[in-house]
Amino acid sequence: MIELLKNNLLSPVTLCFILGVVAKLARSEFSLPRDIYLGISAYLLLALGLKGGVELAEASVGTILLPVGATLLLGCVTPVSAYLIVRKIGRFSVADAAGIAAHYGSVSAVTFLAAQSFINEISLKDPSLPKLENIMPTLLTLLESPGITIALAIGAFGTASKDKSRRRIMHELLTSRTTVLLVGGLIIGTQIGHKNWEVIAPFYDSTGGIFRGLLCLFLLEMGVVAGARMGDLKKVGLFLLGFGTIVPILHGTLAIIAGSYAGLSVGGCTVLAAMAGSASYIAAPPAVRMALPDANPSYYLTSALAITFPFNLVLGIPLYFEIAKLFT
Amino acid sequence: MQLTTLKLVTIICESVLEEPIIEAIKDCGCKGYTVVDSRGEGSRGMRAGEIPGENVRVEALASGTVAEAIMKKISDTFFQSYSIVCYITDAAVLRGEKYI
Repeated sequence: MIELLKNNLLSPVTLCFILGVVAKLARSEFSLPRDIYLGISAYLLLALGLKGGVELAEASVGTILLPVGATLLLGCVTPVSAYLIVRKIGRFSVADAAGIAAHYGSVSAVTFLAAQSFINEISLKDPSLPKLENIMPTLLTLLESPGITIALAIGAFGTASKDKSRRRIMHELLTSRTTVLLVGGLIIGTQIGHKNWEVIAPFYDSTGGIFRGLLCLFLLEMGVVAGARMGDLKKVGLFLLGFGTIVPILHGTLAIIAGSYAGLSVGGCTVLAAMAGSASYIAAPPAVRMALPDANPSYYLTSALAITFPFNLVLGIPLYFEIAKLFT
Repeated sequence: MQLTTLKLVTIICESVLEEPIIEAIKDCGCKGYTVVDSRGEGSRGMRAGEIPGENVRVEALASGTVAEAIMKKISDTFFQSYSIVCYITDAAVLRGEKYI
């Protein structure tokens, strides 16, 4: 486990993230221009979708069914469990609890990417490890929306929200950058076939140098964004600090159990756990801000960005791998 | 030069409010608007970067009655839960009939 932690900590992706955090804390002027950040995130999401689609085209329905079921189940359970913990144990207001639950019920694509590259790196060193399932990007798209929708619905029971804004939120979720590029990429990927994929693979393949290099750059900026929120850690209190680290482990373990029943490999279970244990900070914040205006953004943004994301990146992913080994 | 005195309504708000605010302005009978990205600090703290996408400043020219209707609608709908700055200034406008 120590060796694993060290390897993970010394991976370029993690180190770049840490550099971003340190730069921000040292009040460096550095930050990636917003448009470049958005451009890289578009590239990463499209690449993820394309590769997933190409491999999905070759998978049989039978092998997909169980993992898809497990993922949808997780998508429905995690927002509810997160809500109950924040509401009942943390004694937060309905709006705050639902706002936080929307983030933890949804998924962070970058955490997914980090988990995937962690598994890829381990398989390079240990060829005996079963190959990572090729349907993981599909599962990522499935896990994204249900969590936000369910948590917002819980919030809507307690707070009056208008139909109009609900429609707008659904529209935003379904047409968000993440959904369009990931699902769009998946569809394109299933259609282009292996020959066409091989032509663009050097640029888009997520095990390739270009992809990993850009992922580093992206995480550098993520570090800056997370670092900017670290100042708010004092404001959110001890409960959220504990919540932001324990709930990922809880959801991650749940995902590993579900994944192992669905027949996923160690790597697949680890990545699924990283997904379920992660908290969204791209799709969820604007949706929650619109739907639950009374929820305090400091709570959900800080716990998702400054607590859970770094936790998963540095400790969570290797931990999920260890737990996954126990179950598979 | 024919100048008409109109009201310039300026609303500075979180970027998530851009669409609903524009809708509110139009509902009040305003013909057009301008949106620019902005950043700054106020009683609710630094707003820039709270949620990816900074603040926006929405500006609209309107007659006095429409301007007041916009102010009322915005204060009723958004003041309680969002960071928002809203004010009216006089503006001397060319081709004033375009805006009423």
